[in-house]
Amino acid sequence: MGNDDNPIPRRGFLVGAGTAVAASLTSLSAEAQTSTATATPPAVATAAEGTLTLTSAEQAFFAAAVDTIIPADELTPSGSDCGVVVFIDRQLAGAYGSGAKLYRSGPFHKGKPEQGYQLPLTPREFFAAGIVATNAWSRTARGKDFDRLAPKEREAALKELESGKVELSDFNGKQFFEALLEITMEGFFADPIYGGNRNKAGWRMVGYPGLPAVYTNLIDEYRNKRYSVEPQSIADFS
Amino acid sequence: MAIRLKEVDAVMVGMGWTGSIMARELTKAGMTVIGLERGEDLTPREHFALPNIRDELKYTYRKELVQDPALETLTFRHRPSEMALPMRRMGSFLPGNAVGGAANHWGGLHWRYLPSDHLCRSHIVNRYGPKAIPTDMTIRDWAMTYEELEPYYDRFDKLCGVSGKAGNLRGQKVSGGNVFEGARSSEYPNPPLKMTESALMFEKAAKELGYNPFPQPISNSSRPYTNIEGLTLGGCQYCGHCDKSGCEANAKAGPHVCILPLLRAEPKFTLRARSWVSRLVYDKRGKKVTGVIYTDTRTGEEYEQPAGIVVLSAYVFGNISLLFHSKIGVPYDPMTQKGTVGRNYCYQLSRMGVTMFFENKEFNPFMGAPGASMALDDFDGDNFDHGGLGFLGGSRFACGHADGRPIGYRPVPPGTPRWGAAWKKATAKNYHHAASIAVSGSNYANRYNYLDLDPTYRDQLGRPLLRLTYNFVENDYKVMEYTVNAAAKIARAMNPTIMGPARIRRGDYDIVPYQSTHNTGGTVMGHDPKTSVVNRYLQSWDAHNLFIMGASTFPQQPAYNPTGPVGALAYWSAEAIINKYRKSPGPLVHA
Repeated sequence: MGNDDNPIPRRGFLVGAGTAVAASLTSLSAEAQTSTATATPPAVATAAEGTLTLTSAEQAFFAAAVDTIIPADELTPSGSDCGVVVFIDRQLAGAYGSGAKLYRSGPFHKGKPEQGYQLPLTPREFFAAGIVATNAWSRTARGKDFDRLAPKEREAALKELESGKVELSDFNGKQFFEALLEITMEGFFADPIYGGNRNKAGWRMVGYPGLPAVYTNLIDEYRNKRYSVEPQSIADFS
Repeated sequence: MAIRLKEVDAVMVGMGWTGSIMARELTKAGMTVIGLERGEDLTPREHFALPNIRDELKYTYRKELVQDPALETLTFRHRPSEMALPMRRMGSFLPGNAVGGAANHWGGLHWRYLPSDHLCRSHIVNRYGPKAIPTDMTIRDWAMTYEELEPYYDRFDKLCGVSGKAGNLRGQKVSGGNVFEGARSSEYPNPPLKMTESALMFEKAAKELGYNPFPQPISNSSRPYTNIEGLTLGGCQYCGHCDKSGCEANAKAGPHVCILPLLRAEPKFTLRARSWVSRLVYDKRGKKVTGVIYTDTRTGEEYEQPAGIVVLSAYVFGNISLLFHSKIGVPYDPMTQKGTVGRNYCYQLSRMGVTMFFENKEFNPFMGAPGASMALDDFDGDNFDHGGLGFLGGSRFACGHADGRPIGYRPVPPGTPRWGAAWKKATAKNYHHAASIAVSGSNYANRYNYLDLDPTYRDQLGRPLLRLTYNFVENDYKVMEYTVNAAAKIARAMNPTIMGPARIRRGDYDIVPYQSTHNTGGTVMGHDPKTSVVNRYLQSWDAHNLFIMGASTFPQQPAYNPTGPVGALAYWSAEAIINKYRKSPGPLVHA
């Protein structure tokens, strides 16, 4: 079971932390256990968690994308094995995905890049539309949906999107790539309480110690000396 | 119809730094004061506590303590001929959203402006002649000198417990401090923070080149400190979460730590959170305001709060938009250069500098604070000879480690891909070995950079949004080019294994990435009501019982962070209200 090497939900359950976030993690964990017990084993590894909002096609797209952006190697497991798809699913299902802290009144005009985001879409809707457009382009250019491509082809496709040279149908491929890269990095490096950065893999990769971050004396003690400890997260202190 | 409430002596519109200082001073003088705040109330003990305060995603990326643009934002364009579009997400600057204001999530850098910044235009004219100032550059002198404001700078320093080292004590230059600063009447309340290894390397290289580095002054107490109000701040923990986040240690100064506990206990003061002021009630003929109209954001109910004095203590944009919505003063027109409200909008030149990689150094970038750094003012303001350079103003340099939060802090050498196996390798390899010299430049006023009301877009209350017309101009590009190259010279002297490119900004201003919450102007101070909104006491020329606080009164923006003078001016204006205005209500300056 995917959750076995992730101590956070279990710890949240055992300690019985009172926060809403911890509570939702606990129930998710329980839900995941029931669904894996009864459902057919899904196609991608992260599906064992169940999703809040992503469709199976979106989940497959994100898994393929984050595993290309963060491939498994000696430094970390793959992006999806680090929980990045779970992170994205929860972010898009929540306030952020629904357009919190986004001015959404019209009229809508394209504008200049320096004027910033001008689409009527919430982040949830933006990613949905972007995945449809990217898969359509992928089928035209390479004959398959993005997640069906071989790893080398996925890498080539993402590079083309990043370069800004790809014309997606009614969608800005470069803008979509930048949003995809940003939410992937958030999922890889945010506190594991959000479902990504599982086992603090992102933090371990760079040597970020996380919490409690009280360095009053350590800043002198470790001057020009690597401070290397087992990283700790919000859940470890909850 | 708004429900009319009982009149009070004074009402504050916004309860950040300036509303809190003003409310404290006026209640101490015996006045009844109501503090209205659009956002919710917070307490550090509940909202800034471990472990959840150490959450980069929540505070930096989901902007927990930042104004919600769905309530009110602004529209933006580069020049008057273009269509402005709404800033749909907060990015370039981050006003606050709660009691405490932007001070809840500020980085804490705490400066005084140079004596020559206070006399910007006349200093330049004296040194270089009137022709040195381009015709479109609408820079101005402040309405008070550094020397006049010094006692109030001093008072605000002692409220905040600023950590630093004086470079000019009562006219005596002190080595190790900033030799360019104006005379201080006393040493900083606290010694500087501990310096990071990168800061010490910068200091050494800069000294060898003949420059004058000094510890960057910061409103983080370097040790437990009891302020002039008798409230105690904790010692800085170097947690690396200062900016964008609240302070778990109560070491970072802010209204919640430095003033509000006393105001909450003060019977003459009432705090009303979730109270959004939509306009002032203006008696144009009587040249005064009679109170404010606000909406309770929990119920939608509208209230009229009558008051003897109204203090605008919102963020820069809130102050300006309330003047427009209340039809107080004449809107500025960049074509005729007539009118005053909205003129001289300035910002700051940032996201510049040089990143260096030292393969044999270990920086532990997550241990630090914005003040655990060395600064350098040799290329700031008019601290260097501008003769023949073709520009005015300059930049402040700093080097240290303030934040190793890994969603945002992932330095890699130039040429590294942004994702994939090679990116992972480079990120893992360089995280502990990078340091950066940050360069922040002045931004001098230009006639075409201004604020007015947008014809199309509206806020949640149905009022037109403020419209920002702003771009960098030739002077700015020259400041960036010259000063970033000077910083790169120091970077080379630090002898890095790999040096990144000098980050000199070219092209138009971009409102998307974070730069600084150092917006200024729009309700500028001055001696002439034809070209300024407030007089030297920050009293409105158009309503004698209206006082406007904050950086919206600055005629232009030096390279420094604005909070130091913002606090000093609040004390200065409060004293004028108490000692002058109350005795004889009316204009304190006759134009």
